[in-house]
Amino acid sequence: MSGPLLSARGLRLAFGGVKAADGIDLDVMPGEFLAIIGPNGAGKTTFINMTTGYLKPQGGSIAYDGEPILGLAPRAIVRRGIGRSFQLPQLFAEHTVLENAALAIAARSGLWSPLTPLLRPAWRAEAMAVLERFGLAPLAEARADALNEGARKLADIAMAVALQPRLILMDEPTSGVAAAEKMSVVETLVRVLREAKVTAVFVEHDMEVVERFADRVAVWNQGRIAALGPPQQVLNDPAVLRDVIGIEPAHHA
Amino acid sequence: MSGTVTAPARRVAPIGEALLALLGIAAVILAAWAVPWLKFILTVALAKGIAVLGILLLLRAGQVSFGHSMFLAIGAYTVAFLAPALPEALLLLPLGAAIAGLFGLVIGLFVVRYRDIFFGMLNLALSMVLYSLLEKLYSLTKGTDGIRVSGLRFAGITPDLATQEWVMFGLALGLAILFGLLVRAYLGSPMGRALAGIKTRETRLEFMGVSARRVLLAAYVLSAVMGGVAGTLVAMTSRHVTPQLAYWTSSGELVFIAVLGGAGSALGPFLGAAAFELVRVYAAAAVADAWQMILGAVLLLVILFAPGGLWGMLAGRLGRRP
Ligand SMILES: Nc1ncnc2c1ncn2[C@@H]1O[C@H](COP(=O)(O)OP(=O)(O)O)[C@@H](O)[C@H]1O
Ligand SMILES: [Mg+2]
Repeated sequence: MSGPLLSARGLRLAFGGVKAADGIDLDVMPGEFLAIIGPNGAGKTTFINMTTGYLKPQGGSIAYDGEPILGLAPRAIVRRGIGRSFQLPQLFAEHTVLENAALAIAARSGLWSPLTPLLRPAWRAEAMAVLERFGLAPLAEARADALNEGARKLADIAMAVALQPRLILMDEPTSGVAAAEKMSVVETLVRVLREAKVTAVFVEHDMEVVERFADRVAVWNQGRIAALGPPQQVLNDPAVLRDVIGIEPAHHA
Repeated sequence: MSGTVTAPARRVAPIGEALLALLGIAAVILAAWAVPWLKFILTVALAKGIAVLGILLLLRAGQVSFGHSMFLAIGAYTVAFLAPALPEALLLLPLGAAIAGLFGLVIGLFVVRYRDIFFGMLNLALSMVLYSLLEKLYSLTKGTDGIRVSGLRFAGITPDLATQEWVMFGLALGLAILFGLLVRAYLGSPMGRALAGIKTRETRLEFMGVSARRVLLAAYVLSAVMGGVAGTLVAMTSRHVTPQLAYWTSSGELVFIAVLGGAGSALGPFLGAAAFELVRVYAAAAVADAWQMILGAVLLLVILFAPGGLWGMLAGRLGRRP
């Protein structure tokens, strides 16, 4: 009940000599928004990949909702309620944005209906509603590969959300989103996730976003968690600022 | 090759597609009625079109099977083997389809683990195994001589030759319409749209909780069933089956027809099959041995100038301009 939704212990994974995960311990509590920050190559994406079954760690364990999920295939993990979005958006390029969203909706019921159209009224309406919440409705009929990077990113997240996960892992959700729109995009995203009571882990480079929206921050560095705590505490920790390369002090407007 | 060849043509209003289909059906019936010897050729063309619908399904996933006529051969030999004991065509048809589908399931479980060139070549290899078996097991199959299909009954009736030709033509046309509509619905369904997703983002399917292999397997089994249906029709029409049906050139022909007709619509395979069989007949009559060269040149022109195939050319005229 009140235990962690996701619990990682001692995750290790090395690529050649590079330790992408070097003993990761992390608990994600139900309902929280946990930001992951840290320099490029710190192992942030690797953590998401291990949690979603895409990469197998060489050591350690991962439990979701109290049950071990290590060794399960990505699709088995997804079905248990862990969704993810990607650093590089993974859309069906030849499909329209609407079809991309509708496919995710269809996938919830296994998608095994061979004769009724994908864009049946109920799913079309739900897909449109999802796109509307992300401000993508005007692009519904556009082919996914015709979108700019920011819109692709949003569509990618919209697909993950349409699957109705309990936990979502988002890899740099705001990279590629135009600076002027960034805050409103994140606000929308956070509102959608809060409404749906989704727990979120997100990799983020913008400290303003982290400060405003994260309940806790985990600082990744060289495959380890260098610091973990509330944003005001972590982002003002001189050790973090000094030791963790690539992290600038939080700036206030 | 899949990149350009399978690019869907401009969207055509369903009403335009339906009109084209009706026109096509009328033209085929008229041709069969006006030129009696065309009836046989059109029946075979319709049958092949049904098999090519299966190639089209796999093309949508970006996969090309270079051995697909093995399912045609399985359907055809089912008819040849069973006809003496069970001469009822209306039972042989579903039986041939079911047995081809069963083979499709077993073979599919293996080949859907592979993609692209490996997928294509594995299908080719398996079809060549079937070819050699049909050729070598003489006591069963009479080798390259093949088997004559014994007399058939249709709903208990044994029609005279002329009537039987019409019955076969009608069966082929009816089944072509049925499977054309089925494939059309399939392609627009979640399974069909996911199939097209295999071509661009297979991993995303997995991260939506969907097995990409199972999506491909479902299409593969359906394509095997349609191959089997085509085989039973070909066997009942030509009344003679040979291992040549499973030979790689026969599979190549199906891929050729798919590309010629275009993968943008379920009408493509039938446009392609009709064009292919008619060019073959007329070119063979006009220039004897050079007809393959003519077909080759036609294919080259289609790939270079009309990557959407014949369907793409028609759709380009019908399509709503933006
Ligand atoms: N599949 C892989 N094969 C080899 N090396 C990898 C692979 N994935 C990640 N790495 C390496 O592991 C390290 C951590 O990568 P990553 O998790 O992508 O970092 P981040 O997301 O924090 O930028 C990097 O040095 C990267 O090159
Ligand atoms: Mg990364």
